Amino acid sequence: MRYAMAIDTRKCVGCSDCVVACQTENNVPIGYCRDWVTETVDGSYPNVEIELRSERCNHCDNSPCVRCCPTGASHIVEGGVVLVTPHKCIGCGACIESCPYDARYSHPEGYVDKCTFCNHRITKGEKPACVAVCPTKCMYFGDLDDPNSEISNALKNRKHKVLAPEAGTNPHIFYLV
Amino acid sequence: MKTRRDFIKISAMGTVGAALSGTMLSMARGNASTADPNLAHDGFARLKRTPTYCEICFWMCAGWAYTDENGKIVKITGNENDPHCNGRLCPRGTGGVGMYSDSDRLKKPLIRVTDGDKQTFREASWEEALDLVAGKMKEIKEKYGPESFALFNHGSAGHHLGYLLQAYGSTNIVAPSYAQCRGPREVGFQATFGSGVGSPEPTDIRDTNCLVLIGSHLGENMHNSQVQEMSDAIDKGVTIITVDPRFSTVASKSKFWLPIKPATDLALLLAWINVIITEKLYDRDYVEKYTTGLDQLAKHVENMTPEWAYGITTIKPDLIRKSARAMAEAAPSVIIHPGRHVTWYGDDTQRSRAMAILNGLLGSWGRRGGFYFKESKSIPEHPHPPFPKPAWSWKETLNGKYPLAGLAVSNALIDASIPSPENTHQIKAWLVAGTNLPLTMPQKDTLLKAMQSIEFMAVVDTMPMEITGYADVILPECTYLERYDELRASPNREPFIALRMPAAEPVGDTKPAWWISKQLGERLGLGAYFDYEDFSEVIDWQLKQVGSSLEEMQKIGVKKFERKSGPLYLADGADYTFHTSSGKIEFYSTELAAAGFDPMPVYTPHPEPPESFYRLNYGRAPMHTFSRTANNPNLHDLKKENDVWINPKVAKLWGIKAGQYIWLKNQDGVISDFPVMVRVTERIRWDSVYMVHGFGHTDKKLSRAYGRGASDSDLITKVQIDPIMGGTGMRGNFVTFLTEDPQKEAKS
Repeated sequence: MRYAMAIDTRKCVGCSDCVVACQTENNVPIGYCRDWVTETVDGSYPNVEIELRSERCNHCDNSPCVRCCPTGASHIVEGGVVLVTPHKCIGCGACIESCPYDARYSHPEGYVDKCTFCNHRITKGEKPACVAVCPTKCMYFGDLDDPNSEISNALKNRKHKVLAPEAGTNPHIFYLV
Repeated sequence: MKTRRDFIKISAMGTVGAALSGTMLSMARGNASTADPNLAHDGFARLKRTPTYCEICFWMCAGWAYTDENGKIVKITGNENDPHCNGRLCPRGTGGVGMYSDSDRLKKPLIRVTDGDKQTFREASWEEALDLVAGKMKEIKEKYGPESFALFNHGSAGHHLGYLLQAYGSTNIVAPSYAQCRGPREVGFQATFGSGVGSPEPTDIRDTNCLVLIGSHLGENMHNSQVQEMSDAIDKGVTIITVDPRFSTVASKSKFWLPIKPATDLALLLAWINVIITEKLYDRDYVEKYTTGLDQLAKHVENMTPEWAYGITTIKPDLIRKSARAMAEAAPSVIIHPGRHVTWYGDDTQRSRAMAILNGLLGSWGRRGGFYFKESKSIPEHPHPPFPKPAWSWKETLNGKYPLAGLAVSNALIDASIPSPENTHQIKAWLVAGTNLPLTMPQKDTLLKAMQSIEFMAVVDTMPMEITGYADVILPECTYLERYDELRASPNREPFIALRMPAAEPVGDTKPAWWISKQLGERLGLGAYFDYEDFSEVIDWQLKQVGSSLEEMQKIGVKKFERKSGPLYLADGADYTFHTSSGKIEFYSTELAAAGFDPMPVYTPHPEPPESFYRLNYGRAPMHTFSRTANNPNLHDLKKENDVWINPKVAKLWGIKAGQYIWLKNQDGVISDFPVMVRVTERIRWDSVYMVHGFGHTDKKLSRAYGRGASDSDLITKVQIDPIMGGTGMRGNFVTFLTEDPQKEAKS
């Protein structure tokens, strides 16, 4: 089993519903976020292109954050989901520095926090909150090892890319372009 | 100069309540994470869900509000069976929890008092506040007649207070959503198809092959099911054609983007009509069977060629032809979207007419992938004594103007509140509910004058807003998450109803609008109109009439009914009578001709920005609704302020840098209250600027929103009124840039 997410940039409108749904689902304090939306603009008027991307932890196979964690708080669970155990975390911030996606933040209660792929939902067979709420249905989530899963089909049928491939982390958030 | 009604910032009051609510919230959150540290990952452990429908915008998506073991609302999700949202709320609906948890909420009734020469608010009991409002209502009725009491409203509270006002004897009930927003398209489509558009719009986007958006920025306006259907249509390979001077989000998803010169849309529409007719691309069977006036229309647009329009719109003739052919190729599965906020230039009914005509030529009205025939569930009215017949209504406040206005015109009622020899009927007092008029209405000076002229104003709201600062009495309403309201029975492909019920106890001393109305009614001797203890009795009675019950709806939230009005689309060749005077789709409008207006749309040039000025365009951000969400903690977190979009060439000319804060000054010398951040972007033309509406709050009690961004409404001092229905065209205002603090200049 290997969980992954694909996000269709052709459909995303950048509304940030994924951000607020994550906050209310996961009790993320106001002023912090586990996911966010970026916009890149190319060209000059009137020949312009924009790409909107919902970004978050890439749940990398080769995760620098897990490797550099001094306490084992950052770890990988079934399905390749990268998690942080709050009571083991000393808040040193090494993982924050090591992440090429800037996906982690310091929680005001003293530990490091980030996207969990909504592990508490996916282990019950539900979709992560961001995927479940997205009004454009631009996010696909599932098991890469299952060739018939929504995510496998999305990646089969569309051109896609990952962010910062040069970091060699083998990330698991894909962008359909 | 001293005025009778000074704007009072409520900050002096209610600070204890504010602090308390904040503590309670963090306690609830603290419990979830400190009991078991891993719960921080696992969300909330035990949640209870309650059905509701959203009040953050007018789409009214049905959902579930989740409460934790302390009875606090922690999250809201969409109802899977609701066609407005299909289980997916938009960011505002998801962030609705912030409306409930906002520590700045109004929590006690407030009464304006004069202390020496200073006006302030003091807290009052409901008893006292209601007695005062009812007393004033009696007094106004005796002195001037009940008709001189007007209600300005938006949203659910308006239904209850509107009911009260009708029982009291006034039908002067008005919402800015008509004359400052969607009114012109209702009149334009009504004149063409004999049917307005309504809400939600019956656009069959999910099955369309071609979606044409004229200045409509779907995706930035999160009209939920429409955005969802557009996304589905993108999956199916829809052709999107976007006409916008700005490279909107949806423009980036479009096959054709027409970067039009602002204020020239009507010329483009007429050129498209010209192409469709001269190249015989229209749906001949449909046009022959269902329409009238093709010959007159063909003659009318004869010379309105793409070459003619090029000189006006700056859109190349080839692009005009290609996009017209793309529409025709998709027809009848094509939607020239009516838009929503369409009060732009004062000829808006005529522009809407041109859009309606184009739909008629392409045969999209009543066709799959075009416009479906909507149906709503008819909910019987709870029995009540007949309303008294008012001696006059809002129609009399129009002073013979705007003959096709279908609903009350807010700007006309504001004018009627300022004593003038022209006014035959005078408004003397206001009830305001759910609409923040100072950040809604153009021409703030006129609004201020009206508020100074009236004898009394009571405001019902959940938040301290700019409007509450002008009230004599403030009645704090609880949020939609803490109250019963009317059943939602909006039209859709199939009739649906949705229930809103309280998910939590009202915060502070806040009350639902139904209760406020009943209390006022009883004080006014109108108790017979409020023959129930709790509004849930009314809903239960209504539900039983349609074969359901409150008990059932409390479990399911949303219920679907069978269609009764016939098929969703016109069957091929089926007879159909349109509700126009000819019974047909009217390209030549007999109704407009009879009222003395152009029977077919005519392009007229609009004022252009003077040198060093740029047209002020405004719009929406997907995470905010008007000015009402700017202070919502969750939504503020997503977007804290608006910025002003400036083309890089213009920025270079002015030496303005991205991220710099500047002030905007309009053609009448009005300067924005606050500086606004510059966004230098290739996404906008060099002749206009753009900002998201609803920011630049001046009420300090809005601890997050105060002073953040600039208010476009303040800069809209000039309007072009639509002579057909009274709408205020607001896009004829021009701004220039001040890089230094204008107040500093004044001091030196």
